Amino acid sequence: MGLFILRRVGVMILTALCLTFVVFFMTNLYPNLEKLAKTQGNFRMSDEAVASWLEKGGYLQSTPKKYLEWVGLAPSYQHVDEEGNVTGRCILPGSDPAEAPSFCGILQGYWGYSSVFKDEVSSIIATRLGLTGFLMFCVMMIMVPAALILGVLAGMREGSVMDRSLSTVAITTTATPEYVSGVIFIAVFSSSAIGLKWFKGTATSAMENPTFENFTLPVITIVLYGMGYIARMTRASMTEVMTAQYIRTARLKGVSFPNIVMKHALRNALIAPFTVIMLQFPWLLNGVVIVETLFNYKGFGWTLVQAAGNNDIELLLGVSVVSVLVVLITQLISDIGYVYLNPRIRIS
Amino acid sequence: MEPLSAIEITGRILYQLAPVWVSLLILFIFSMSFKRRLGLYGKLFDSPIGMIGFGMVMFWVFTGIYGAMDMIVTHDPLNQISGMKNKAPGTAIRGAEEGTYQWYLLGGDNLARDVFSRLIKGAWVVVQIAPLATIFAFMVGITLGLPAGYYGGKLDTFISFLANLILAFPVILLFYLLVTPEIVATGVPNYMAIVLFMFPIIFITVLLNSRYYTRPKLRNPLLAGVLVLAIWLYLQLVSNSGYLVNTADFAIWGLPQVLDFFDIPGGILVVFVSVVFVNSPTVFRIVRGLTLDIKTRDYVAAAQTRGEGPWYIMLWEILPNARGPLIVDFCLRIGYTTILLGTLGFFGLGLPPESPDWGSTINDGRKLLSVYLHPAMAPAFALLTLVLGLNLLADGLREESLKD
Repeated sequence: MGLFILRRVGVMILTALCLTFVVFFMTNLYPNLEKLAKTQGNFRMSDEAVASWLEKGGYLQSTPKKYLEWVGLAPSYQHVDEEGNVTGRCILPGSDPAEAPSFCGILQGYWGYSSVFKDEVSSIIATRLGLTGFLMFCVMMIMVPAALILGVLAGMREGSVMDRSLSTVAITTTATPEYVSGVIFIAVFSSSAIGLKWFKGTATSAMENPTFENFTLPVITIVLYGMGYIARMTRASMTEVMTAQYIRTARLKGVSFPNIVMKHALRNALIAPFTVIMLQFPWLLNGVVIVETLFNYKGFGWTLVQAAGNNDIELLLGVSVVSVLVVLITQLISDIGYVYLNPRIRIS
Repeated sequence: MEPLSAIEITGRILYQLAPVWVSLLILFIFSMSFKRRLGLYGKLFDSPIGMIGFGMVMFWVFTGIYGAMDMIVTHDPLNQISGMKNKAPGTAIRGAEEGTYQWYLLGGDNLARDVFSRLIKGAWVVVQIAPLATIFAFMVGITLGLPAGYYGGKLDTFISFLANLILAFPVILLFYLLVTPEIVATGVPNYMAIVLFMFPIIFITVLLNSRYYTRPKLRNPLLAGVLVLAIWLYLQLVSNSGYLVNTADFAIWGLPQVLDFFDIPGGILVVFVSVVFVNSPTVFRIVRGLTLDIKTRDYVAAAQTRGEGPWYIMLWEILPNARGPLIVDFCLRIGYTTILLGTLGFFGLGLPPESPDWGSTINDGRKLLSVYLHPAMAPAFALLTLVLGLNLLADGLREESLKD
């Protein structure tokens, strides 16, 4: 088990390095840098001016070297101009170049400076992640129990009317992406055209003060899309368990049906959904980006869209590091959890 | 002129869709009467859920095709008519000329364009891209998944690592990285297209070669013919106006324009490539899993004993026996691709802003959603029904294929 976890962590770190390198490479392609120079300097810069601006910022080094500097494994680039002034990533404006640390990258906790929000990337990500974390927490609190109940009820008696109707519900929700269900919800529950006006169509005010009125629609929108898939997995695993020999034995010895479901079937039926729930995180991340854009809730997903749309390279890199790590860590937990929950794998 | 009532709108839309109804009717009557002779497709008509799903899918397929032939649409999807901005469904056009359609059946959008016509034209974008992109993703996934599962070992570890790499990427981040104009300017999507579109050629070559290599007289002309055709199509696909890659400071010559009969607009190519790229790792994992399972069967051992080559076993023994789950996943994946296309449109990536595809239209419509519902609701319901249809179809197919 220890070796297994160690290997998984090793692969995870390798994956994270590869992925961040890909993102780094893509964001540091020359047209992107040129655009950065022009937005930071001025729009009518000549090609030479762009080149010298990039040279000064150390953007013209080779990509692997820049990547190592950004991660914090290589000493950071320093530029000396004609007058002998030293500038560089590690040297904050107004501080003495001699005292500045030579390494400053992700590992040292220096995430860069956002060109759009004019703030430290680390602090932006921390606040935005907090907001999204709360959203995700609410989603999970509703989605997981709802999906499990739906799946267990449907899978309890395969082929019954209840199974058919609940399965159709599950299929419909998986077929409704967030941008469709969100739009329908806003139209039905918050527009003046239909006039129900039960909830608010934007969640901007939910950032300071989440209430039932302004937070329901975003949460429900994400819940609905994610729920169907988990419910179907739970149903599949439940129907499989319900045909097992020991369930028949329990029935034959006269255990009541609710007791069979609760005590005998449920425990084994919930192993598969557990992994699925953990693997849902990358999907949820997608949903979060769409829903936060749709409802104007300025969380992590909204930041991703802003950073990518405005060519904010450092912020985009920071956002990708976090999202890639979230995905990889949930995958790791799912793998370990699967092994831990399943005695057949755990013991052998 | 008076605006139409709700019943009149419905009636006129149903009438406008008449070619679709006729085609659906013919298709269903034909399929129902020959269903015993049509294999798995025919069995679909034994399951009500599968039939409903198939009907919904074919509805949009026919709508897309006829829409592209300008049969159903009432107006030009890009034409703006003054005074029709955000007008409710069924509004009559003031001072309409002779010969033009008198109403906006589903109202006008915020640029005074006809929502109904854009809806129909949007169906064509989906019907064009989604199935084709899914086929390409399957080609890539199958060509890599079969050897990974069959040989195992280092090859498997390596390809699986790559697949997991792509799967760990949040899709939207990937889209933003691939589809922005700056990245397109560097030609990265063109390189990806060159690599990804190569897989169907490899697949077909290996498929035919493994089957007929004992009969060189048949194989040589067959393979040569198919390869020339496939490579010609491939070059037409990846080369645009004479270049494979054409950036500011670097260009690779491609097919001369004389031989290049169709060009894919840059935006569509990028969207296509990124959708294939996102889908293929999942297909790879499914194919690999199925291969791992099937390669332990007796008929594979029999083929090995007979002395068949590994590629023959993979493509002519394992693949046909994995078809059930693959067909089901194919339907589901077209639905997922449709959702992805919508997502791209929703974020305004890739396709041009005036494009009538559903995602872009939803994105345009959502800004005024609290006042005007129709511009966003029509494409939202269209996308919902198409994806739902595909899911139901997949469910029906799964049920029927399990009955054997």
